[in-house]
Amino acid sequence: MSEKPEHFIVDGKRLDGRSVDELRPIKIELSPLDRADGSCYLEWGRNKIMAAVYGPRELHPRHRQNMTKAVVQYRYNMAAFSVDDRIRPGHSRRSIEISKVGRDAFEYVVFTKFFPKTAVDIFIEVLQADAGTRTAGINAASLALADAGIPMRGLVSACAVGKVDGEIVLDLMKEEDNFGEADVPIAMTAGGKITHLQMDGNLTKEEFYEALKLAKIGCDKVYKLQRQALIEKYNGEYAENGEDAMPQARIGDADE
Amino acid sequence: MERNIVIPGDVVSDNVKMSGSGTYVHGDEVRASVYGLLNIGERYISVIPLAGKYIPHASDRVIGIITEVAYSNWIVDINSPYDGLLHISQYPRRIDSENMSRYLKVGDCILTMIASVDAGMKVELTLREKELRVLSDGRIVTINPTKMPRVIGRNGSMIRLLKSEIGCNMFVGQNGRIWINGSDDCIDLAIQTVRYIEDNAHTPGLTERVQAFLKAKEKTRYGKVHESRNDEE
Repeated sequence: MSEKPEHFIVDGKRLDGRSVDELRPIKIELSPLDRADGSCYLEWGRNKIMAAVYGPRELHPRHRQNMTKAVVQYRYNMAAFSVDDRIRPGHSRRSIEISKVGRDAFEYVVFTKFFPKTAVDIFIEVLQADAGTRTAGINAASLALADAGIPMRGLVSACAVGKVDGEIVLDLMKEEDNFGEADVPIAMTAGGKITHLQMDGNLTKEEFYEALKLAKIGCDKVYKLQRQALIEKYNGEYAENGEDAMPQARIGDADE
Repeated sequence: MERNIVIPGDVVSDNVKMSGSGTYVHGDEVRASVYGLLNIGERYISVIPLAGKYIPHASDRVIGIITEVAYSNWIVDINSPYDGLLHISQYPRRIDSENMSRYLKVGDCILTMIASVDAGMKVELTLREKELRVLSDGRIVTINPTKMPRVIGRNGSMIRLLKSEIGCNMFVGQNGRIWINGSDDCIDLAIQTVRYIEDNAHTPGLTERVQAFLKAKEKTRYGKVHESRNDEE
């Protein structure tokens, strides 16, 4: 692992040349998996995430079924080769926590009451990790859910904000995450309803509100990319059949 | 008809009364709840999903496969998250619960109708309705249930075309299973055509495309027949 750098921000540029409110490059591929009902492969900087959604499908064991709504199951897993030191395969304290908060991020969004007694299974596999995998996982899961045709209130977009060198920055990279002062992953809907928020490290109240504002900007950027990916997927299939691209619909307005 | 692609959360209308399937009401707006095509009707705005599972509704005609013979019930896979139950009394004739598997055994296929679905998603099936029966011949293909309306076409135009052009017997279940019967060649062609429709389900002028597809196939088909005759000589 790299050493702690002396300065994270030099002349307004971060270690990888980004400005404080800039995201790492995001690449989205929809439906890479044929056997899943919906899937998404997402690259975010040096993170590589595969998300698969199955369902709604019959839930076993039977006693875990809910008679009034579907159960959302979320499994976050890191591949043994996803980090420098091999990590022990299987569930760990950390992955159980991330699975739990990931599930909570979607339970509000998915219309679970349409499918009583079933399960909606979301699997997140981290193939390569470089800080911010839980937010990248939520973004990928959100697209995989849409791809699976599951009804939901809206897409969930997530990104992290943090504090390095006493400054609030968007989308932490590995060094900033490891040696920075705070890391705040946030997920929200397009309307700004927060479905996930954690804070590692300390921020003052003012810093926190500043961070929240920055996260909103980041999530909006992510949402635009997610939206574009879904529309392009359809238009791509459409264009293959020799037709003109479809016009776009209106973006959802902000909640009050 | 104007058709736009929408994603969950998109505002599709300001008139709450227009909310149809695939949409939900948020405040005084109608929003899309699924990723699909916007369908603006006269009375309702709905979103036609591009993917999804079959959810049973009463009076749907579906094709089921027996998975289990339980006491006085057959458990039927209807290509859905929910299993169907066919009670012994819903079999066209009176039979004894001891020899149920003599009439329908595991793996048998039936053309059945959904009699009722309750709040706990208990799906009851029936065979006591005309044209419902046990399927003893033909082949079954499964397509995405959301694409099923395109195989039927407007007022059954597509399925009529397929039946007359290919010369096979067909039944399209609401659950995305399609039963096809006829000569082996006919079934092969019908399956290819159904797959073609599934792949091109969201394109306009589908009927014309399918006609062209069938015409192209017909040439190669007769070509093959010709070749095989030569082989015999």
